[in-house]
Amino acid sequence: MRRIISVMMENEPGALSRVVGLFSQRNYNIETLTVAPTEDETLSRLTVTTTGSDKVIEQITKQLNKLIEVVKLVDLTEGSHIERELMLIKLKAVGSQRAEIKRTVDIFRGQIVDVTNTVYTVQLTGDSDKLDAFINSVGTAGVLEVVRSGVSGIARGEKVLSI
Amino acid sequence: MELLSGADMLIRALEDEGVEYIYGYPGGAALHIYDALFRQDRVKHILVRHEQAAAHMADGYARAAGKPGTVLVTSGPGATNTITGIATASMDSIPMVVLCGQVASHLIGEDAFQETDMIGVSRPLVKHNMTVRHPSEIPEIIRKAYFIASTGRPGPVVVDIPKDMTSPNERYEYHYPKKVSLRSYNPAIRGHAGQIRKAVEMMLAAKRPIIYAGGGVVLGKASKELTDLAHRLGHPVTNTIMGLGSFPATDKQSLGWLGMHGSYESNMAMHHSDLVVAIGARFDDRVTNATDKFCPGARIVHVDIDPTSISKTVEADVPIVGPVDAVLKEMIALVKESKEKPDQEALDAWWKQIDEWRAFHGLRYEKSDKYIKPQEVIEALYEVTNGEAYVTSDVGQHQMFAAQYYKFDRPNRWINSGGLGTMGFGFPAAMGVKLNYPEDEVLCVTGEGSIQMNIQELSTCSQYNLPVKIVNLNNQALGMVKQWQDMNYESRHSHSYMDSLPDFMALVEAYGHVGIRIDRKEDLVPKLKEAFAMKDRLVFLDIYVDPYEHVYPMQVARGSMKDMWLSKTERV
Repeated sequence: MRRIISVMMENEPGALSRVVGLFSQRNYNIETLTVAPTEDETLSRLTVTTTGSDKVIEQITKQLNKLIEVVKLVDLTEGSHIERELMLIKLKAVGSQRAEIKRTVDIFRGQIVDVTNTVYTVQLTGDSDKLDAFINSVGTAGVLEVVRSGVSGIARGEKVLSI
Repeated sequence: MELLSGADMLIRALEDEGVEYIYGYPGGAALHIYDALFRQDRVKHILVRHEQAAAHMADGYARAAGKPGTVLVTSGPGATNTITGIATASMDSIPMVVLCGQVASHLIGEDAFQETDMIGVSRPLVKHNMTVRHPSEIPEIIRKAYFIASTGRPGPVVVDIPKDMTSPNERYEYHYPKKVSLRSYNPAIRGHAGQIRKAVEMMLAAKRPIIYAGGGVVLGKASKELTDLAHRLGHPVTNTIMGLGSFPATDKQSLGWLGMHGSYESNMAMHHSDLVVAIGARFDDRVTNATDKFCPGARIVHVDIDPTSISKTVEADVPIVGPVDAVLKEMIALVKESKEKPDQEALDAWWKQIDEWRAFHGLRYEKSDKYIKPQEVIEALYEVTNGEAYVTSDVGQHQMFAAQYYKFDRPNRWINSGGLGTMGFGFPAAMGVKLNYPEDEVLCVTGEGSIQMNIQELSTCSQYNLPVKIVNLNNQALGMVKQWQDMNYESRHSHSYMDSLPDFMALVEAYGHVGIRIDRKEDLVPKLKEAFAMKDRLVFLDIYVDPYEHVYPMQVARGSMKDMWLSKTERV
């Protein structure tokens, strides 16, 4: 099952490599990984999406917690949550394609952020399924380049991950 | 307040941490530190002949003393040579602090002379590692390193120190922090009361219980509590190879150790039990055999300080995260106050069954007129040393024989690389113990394969007068490899022979030590006595043993705990 694990850790050099090293050392999957500092400059927030049986996920969260620089973590998929990913995608856009792509972008509530005679660059946010669905709709034949940020997530309601 | 250079602060911090000995080897990036060492006499340095041995010496000391050992090496090859020692300590949760020189900050990343990314290289092998980024941080980093290494589940900590951090030209105020607190590191200080209560209820109700106690009981200094609890309940106790001594081997409730080469009665009792109480043990593959066939009728209580150990390989019915001494104390209190008593009738029947298993095998082996049996050597050692020696071992058949036939009644006396299985560990580990416990008998049981992996340390022993006894069970082969080849590869002995063995007598004499060769049965006990009478000399006992002997019992691969070979021809 796919899980989103959100980790609060010390914003120190080398902390990220411990997390990444842990996943490869113990043969866990990483699907996406995002990391950035938070409003508290001593902390960074890391979001990792992974897959595994309940037993593997339990080990992943325990092993992450064991890293000295990990302050706190939560498996967002245990409760209701919001997940978002940003995609920038360059699409071939000539002739009648241009109007069709524009319509599809509107349906997905994306934005065309750069235009040339032959290319649209589209920005789209949403959960990972939505981004996949957009690519399917425009067809992979017209896709020139895709950049995805990886998933960021936060719990719904009043639940807060803080120290 | 006094102003000190980074190097002086480092040594002062070690002193304030109570470090008496450090084990190491100098080199370019560590020279400021070595100069600071030279200018004082409170922290003593032992110069090894290879950095791997420095790590094993520190490790041996840590295992005997229950305190962190300390290593000091230079950058690059000095640091990477400690890696096997760090990995050894890590697998057995041994507290250790490894201080590594590093090239100066401005050279890092430029592939400078003797530069290695030691933080990167050691990352998967350490509990934590840190780089010094400013000399003024040194006291706090050292305090943190010892705090992390020795609390919770212990482990090795590496501190990487770029050369400019220890420069004599920059001086700072020295202040050693009494305490450190880390918001992200808070090991459990007690177990969950409800879970402990549930576990005790299960223990009192069990009909075929067994306590399975590991190295965590030794590390957690909880032998007294374990013994007390087991006596109150009347339950049998089996130890892991790391836990030997945590419950007295000569106690009638002891079944010896369990797993691949554990006793028949331990493995049978585990398999047929209805309750396994694991304390400071981690259900290692050398213990469980195939996990899907493991203890089919048992519920499992698992006590460990490290949550990742729980339900990692075998699912626990009652997980308890906490220090073993605190949890055991609570268990004892609950047993005392409980109205329920152990089911004596069921326990009597269980013990009757266990005694039958004991009588059936009981670590029997075939004697020989022709050869000295390796088992006999260990039994003789046990007699000659009154069972009171510190025994270190290397890795292989001799390790298994030592663990099977030397009966450890006290913790911290049996010192072996159980997790990583590091050949070359035993001799330097024995040196670390002897240095710190000069009045005690310290012996290293080894083989002619393992001993040659760190034999250069004979020189260190001459320099510091470390009169350890080296007991070389010489079967002229890599015995355990050969045994597997006999059993699984139709005796194709691929590279398991030791051709061109040195003349060990001449070799040890060249270093100024005493060599005694034993190849006749009748010489065994008298010559062992002769060796142990030489209190102030390192004696190398080269004992020619049956080259065809195998270690039994041996679990059948991918079987359950009860599937064992009991001799070359007998399988149950």
